[in-house]
Amino acid sequence: MSASPAIRSQFEGRSPADVKAPVRIAVKDLNFYYGSFHGLKDINLDFRDRQVTALIGPSGCGKSTLLRTFNRIYSLYPEQRAEGEILLDGQNVLDSKVDLNELRSRVGMVFQKPTPFPMSIYDNVAFGLRLYEKLPKSELDGRVEESLRKAALWDEVKDKMKQPGTGLSGGQQQRLCIARTVAQRPEVILFDEPTSALDPISTGRIEELIEQLRADFTIVIVTHNMQQAARISQFTAFMYLGELIEFDATTKIFMNPAKRQTQDYITGRFG
Amino acid sequence: MTALTQTLAVDRQTAVARIAPSKGADRLFQGAAYASALLVLFVLAGILGSIIYGAWPAFSEFGFGFLTSSAWNIGTEQFGALPAVIGTVAAAMLALIIGVPISLGIAVYLTQLCPGWARKPVAMTIELLASVPSIIYGMWGLFVFAPLFARFVQVPVSNLVEGMPILGTILYARIPSGVGVLTAGIILAIMIVPFVASITRDMLDQIPTVLRESAYGIGCTTWEVVRHVLVPQASVSIIGAIMLGLGRALGETMAVTFVIGNANRLSASIFDPGSTIASRIANEFNEADGLQLSSLMALGCLLFIITFFVLIIARLLVRRAKVA
Repeated sequence: MSASPAIRSQFEGRSPADVKAPVRIAVKDLNFYYGSFHGLKDINLDFRDRQVTALIGPSGCGKSTLLRTFNRIYSLYPEQRAEGEILLDGQNVLDSKVDLNELRSRVGMVFQKPTPFPMSIYDNVAFGLRLYEKLPKSELDGRVEESLRKAALWDEVKDKMKQPGTGLSGGQQQRLCIARTVAQRPEVILFDEPTSALDPISTGRIEELIEQLRADFTIVIVTHNMQQAARISQFTAFMYLGELIEFDATTKIFMNPAKRQTQDYITGRFG
Repeated sequence: MTALTQTLAVDRQTAVARIAPSKGADRLFQGAAYASALLVLFVLAGILGSIIYGAWPAFSEFGFGFLTSSAWNIGTEQFGALPAVIGTVAAAMLALIIGVPISLGIAVYLTQLCPGWARKPVAMTIELLASVPSIIYGMWGLFVFAPLFARFVQVPVSNLVEGMPILGTILYARIPSGVGVLTAGIILAIMIVPFVASITRDMLDQIPTVLRESAYGIGCTTWEVVRHVLVPQASVSIIGAIMLGLGRALGETMAVTFVIGNANRLSASIFDPGSTIASRIANEFNEADGLQLSSLMALGCLLFIITFFVLIIARLLVRRAKVA
């Protein structure tokens, strides 16, 4: 099993997986249930600091489910429950004593579709900040600008901060959502198929952005698009039917996977 | 595959063989549908026209003064709409002030907090409230609610605020009988809650889950999600729902007639009896003639205009929300 030159060339000049980076999120024996349906089965997985980890696999394999356990967003739905441990810097986020609001400010999330709030561009970014920090106006302005710059949106919106966020294009809206997440200075950012509703040019910009954000954040991204996973991630986890099939450096997964199923999936034989 | 082609072939044969209906019958059907639609317009125009015609003597007798006069004297034939118009607006506003927060609370509970199994029963109960005939509300309001209201609210509150500035006027009952403008407002609030709550619930349900999740995702509490994201997102349609409730409150007759006290005077206290346009008409139409009847018609005309505009605004807002 060796990769074609086309695949190999994708990885030239890429930042390699840093296997010595400290573990930010450690998933231990995680099981997840939707009512009686067993959605995730005994997942064990480590996510490393300032690395992009991609979760890939066919629809319904549990990759989004896994992502949604890290900030416990699933707990909005009473029939969903998780068992096991997810250690964020050593603290188990599945512990019932965890303050969910605080957890979600440490673990930000960007969704499949852009979700600007019904308020101005400025307030969209400042909203999350105001929830946690009492900042004087000048400092708030500074944080909003910093976040919009990090989300590569500042130049496009700096003259229309008072206009509603919903007036932006889809790609801009998604970057606004990223700015909103970045503003809270989380430790981890979760991306749930962030480009699935975007055109190729906007997708390219979001991918570049994720690459840049890696300098400051630990990133987990769910994607349907294998090329995307290959382009932007350092580590890749392949999931199938609720199980983790293979987890390794992205180059290894795409060029020399250890499992037959992984090979079949990345070569497009199923999924 | 062969079987399918065969059936299709059979179908086509029958289609060719069937007797085509005559063009005339189809035209008759279209005409009937068209006529039904036109009829509604004619009825509306007819009602409006005949009310204006009937009200004409009063309008020409009193002119603009009809709106500003608070007289309602059958002996001297002096009539004015002011107390009834103010009573109508005041009762409806009180109904909104009381009913809208409750409606929003219900809608938020049903869409955000309610466990799945309880959603249907609670929603059903609320819709049942909408189907209770207004005479029942009136009867219950007069015989059950008003005495309790007099005893446990009007008397203690009046004693408390007596002599105070402003509050001592607004919340003072000279005769704590239980009936009055506030009682009517409360009964009306109960009547509009189901409408406003169920429309608001539908609108909140239409908000994409992912927007709600992303608001929780940045660490909002339920209150913050509702206050800053969901309600603003649905704001235009919520206003539309409130306007529909207002339309109902303005025109409601039977329940209000029972509990408002039917006094023709302007009082600054919401505990005092008053009257609305609808209650005035319901009380007097039986024995009215001449200028009195014409003045009642003129009142009806005013009510028509007020509710018509409220409904138009409501529809426009709801439609704009649906397009957006």
